[in-house]
Amino acid sequence: MSQHRLVNPLVRNIRALKRGALVRQAVRIEEEIKQGMKKPYNEVIDVSRDNPHATGMKPMSFSRQVIASCIYPELIDSDKMPLDVRERAKTLLECIGGSVGCYSDTIGIPIMRDSVSDFLTRRDEGVPSASGNIFITHGSDHVPTLMQDSGVLTPVPSQDFGNALVASGATAVPYYLDGQQGWRLHTEELQRALRSAREVCDPIALYVINPGDPTGHVQSRESMEEIIRFVYEEKLLLFANEDHQDILIGEGCMFISYKKVLAEMGSPFSDAVELASIHSASKGFMGEGGLHGGYLELVNFDPSVQIEFDRLISLLGLPIIGQLALEVMLNPLQPGEPSYEQYQEEIQHIRETLVHNVTRAFEVLDSLPGISCEPINGGASMFPRLHLPHIAIHQAKEEEKLPDFFYCSRLLEQTGLCVCPGSDLGLPEGTYHIRLCIMTSVDTMEEVLRRLGKFHKQFMKDFS
Amino acid sequence: MYDYLQSNFSHDSSPPFQGVPKTFSRVVDLCSFDPQREGVPPITFLQQVLAVCFYPELLSDENFALDVRQRARRLIQSCEGSSVGCYTPSSGLVYIQHRIAEFITRRDAGVPTDAHSIFICSGFWRTLTMMTKLLSSSEGEPQNGVLVPLPYPHTLAMVLGLAGIRSVPYRLREDTGWAMDLEELQRAIRTARGCCRPMAIFISNPGNPTGHVQNRKSIEEVIKFAAAEKLFLLVNEVDQHSVHGSGIQWVSYKKVLFDMGPKYWEGVQMASFHSLSNGLMGECGLRAGYMELVNVDKEVMIFAETLLNMDISSPVPGQLALDILLNPPQPSEPSYDLYTQVVEQEILTNLATLTENALRAHDFLNSLPGMSCQPAVGGFYVYPRVDLPAEVLERAKAAGVEADVLYCQELLEEQGVCVGAGSENGNTGGEYHLRLDPSSNTPTRKHAHTQTDRHMCHFLMEIKH
Repeated sequence: MSQHRLVNPLVRNIRALKRGALVRQAVRIEEEIKQGMKKPYNEVIDVSRDNPHATGMKPMSFSRQVIASCIYPELIDSDKMPLDVRERAKTLLECIGGSVGCYSDTIGIPIMRDSVSDFLTRRDEGVPSASGNIFITHGSDHVPTLMQDSGVLTPVPSQDFGNALVASGATAVPYYLDGQQGWRLHTEELQRALRSAREVCDPIALYVINPGDPTGHVQSRESMEEIIRFVYEEKLLLFANEDHQDILIGEGCMFISYKKVLAEMGSPFSDAVELASIHSASKGFMGEGGLHGGYLELVNFDPSVQIEFDRLISLLGLPIIGQLALEVMLNPLQPGEPSYEQYQEEIQHIRETLVHNVTRAFEVLDSLPGISCEPINGGASMFPRLHLPHIAIHQAKEEEKLPDFFYCSRLLEQTGLCVCPGSDLGLPEGTYHIRLCIMTSVDTMEEVLRRLGKFHKQFMKDFS
Repeated sequence: MYDYLQSNFSHDSSPPFQGVPKTFSRVVDLCSFDPQREGVPPITFLQQVLAVCFYPELLSDENFALDVRQRARRLIQSCEGSSVGCYTPSSGLVYIQHRIAEFITRRDAGVPTDAHSIFICSGFWRTLTMMTKLLSSSEGEPQNGVLVPLPYPHTLAMVLGLAGIRSVPYRLREDTGWAMDLEELQRAIRTARGCCRPMAIFISNPGNPTGHVQNRKSIEEVIKFAAAEKLFLLVNEVDQHSVHGSGIQWVSYKKVLFDMGPKYWEGVQMASFHSLSNGLMGECGLRAGYMELVNVDKEVMIFAETLLNMDISSPVPGQLALDILLNPPQPSEPSYDLYTQVVEQEILTNLATLTENALRAHDFLNSLPGMSCQPAVGGFYVYPRVDLPAEVLERAKAAGVEADVLYCQELLEEQGVCVGAGSENGNTGGEYHLRLDPSSNTPTRKHAHTQTDRHMCHFLMEIKH
């Protein structure tokens, strides 16, 4: 009996992402390598998603030491760990009920939420934050939404967020970032998207990602103010994903939170615009995506909505360890503490590596025909555009593949390098991109660029 | 109601109501279950392995036993980038899927298990939510339905409601210790066909909140029923490790299905659920569980994976803990003694205590006026029926709450004891129950049981005036 009919049509409608097919291809290739099949490379390098520890970056020592000590409290009493690690672990362990195995409150352990609101008040230079408006989450990839049966204006390109909305019964309405101007947002485009949205659904929110992922664009204050005016006039909720706020690459680039800009715009905006912002320990210098620690802050939301949200996430069950990672990230060490220097060095190293990687990547790309990239000022990805020859596009269509997937699949097969096709990120037919994570060690990035450069030159020759 | 209680009294240490004089200094929560907060010790082997996984510098520390370090090394290698902080494939780390499959095959005396049909998730409720989402219909079609036991686990209603699924109850028989009743199943399916498109049946074994453990014959009956009615089996087996009635054996639905031969083994579709949060180890904060799909199309499994991809896959520490708890150290290994010591001296003692407490609770509750209680031989609740006088029913009606909810509210406010109201486990039309967890032996809980006694008598006396 066919079970296909059993499956909820909503689920059937979710776009099948090509990255999944590439991952399966990569698994097959790795099996073949294990079985001794000869290939021009010894291993697959996967930079198709933002998974820093898988591409040579190291976790932050202090946070790992603290978490290990919370997991196995005997470490607190031994002198294996520095004093500040032991003290932090001791404090945290008391707050979580003595063990990482205990249940957490559904919206997060109170001290965690206090830590988040303290962090936010510091970050935003005095703009107040109340822990009652903070919800601990599983990280920015997994934010439950109340947005069923509504429309959300969603940026293109962006990670498969559109899919998550579709799965929860909402409609993702695309607005296109400007690929010729560093992927900035234009209010005219937002207005166009909103008009088209109103024909098919009830749009209630605007989703923005700043710093942009995968675009690397960092919004200026003026741009953010325009967005705020737009949502105010159109009475939309503003949902801001600020996951990459920790590390900026562009010289002179600054991150300002939407909350701060909103507060500084004063009335009537600061009292009226409903803003939800998210951040997590999954990206940035922590890179602890597997631990599921993040938070959501609501500003100007109706208390009844907050209660609804509370009920919705009460089913979730928050992992304690994720909250520990979040706490350490938001409550860093102070000068003078034993681990402070090493902590700062590690962050500095990550920053420098990213800047170096971007510089090298542009050097290599500039030397290749048929590939170009907008400047990268933040985030952890690169999103170059492929100017594919007609013959290649034709060949792809013959094989019933989207052209950028065709490119990615050959790249993987021939060089063992796995990148993500731009079509997964919502871009329409006609422009082709690839996305690769640049949060890698220097050596890994060299190897990535070597493989990509070699393949690309050959590809352009083969299909000219 | 549960929300009300939880929001007003989150843990033992929270202060009582401001301004109202109370006879108690702290609230004792007898309806939610957090073993480690109640003093059940965590398992040292688990703590050590996880700590080393998080901070691999400890791999060279010989203070950790060899098998701790070997296990940690193996687990670290199974993570992408050798880091517990990396994202994993959406259905879980491949190595852990295999280890879970090994556990299941061992548990079920050799019944084959396919690692690819194991989906690791962040706890039972998330997994069930995902499955129900998969199985629910969209608007316009006849609503899909699931047969649910009455009483059912109190979070089930919300999960099914969110997925837009109609739940059709089948009553469990209180007078036989809450056993399943085939005639009642047949009545339920007839009712269901009249109002929706029934596609699945949900079963808890051990029962939640009833504590009933099904025997093989009962399981076979349910499987035959599901096969005849073409229902998908959703089997909640999260309490499988806490069977405490003497002489009671728990057997998995999968094993029984297999033993019933090809006619059923190759046809009946099933999802069974297990979780770390339950069981006497009680690692609730790590958030891990798994679902095993049996006889489900590959295509449907890809959908499940897609949904998981954007829902909540299990955080890595929980996945690693699954390996450790389902495949503990063997007798030849260095940590075996310590592990067994903790398990035997602490956890199995707690199991013995649970057995004793369940019996004592059963006897004690039966001795109270107006209460009767079936024996609970599995799981973590006892579920007594309470006969509330007419005045109480009227007062409850006037206050706009269910009568058992009123009872629980008053028990909480007057005695500082929190128990669950049976109406959260489904409406049984005029019969009221309470839901209590007798699992811990701490003095506070003993005291709480006495308070319940006093309250009950006090309550009834009040009514008489």
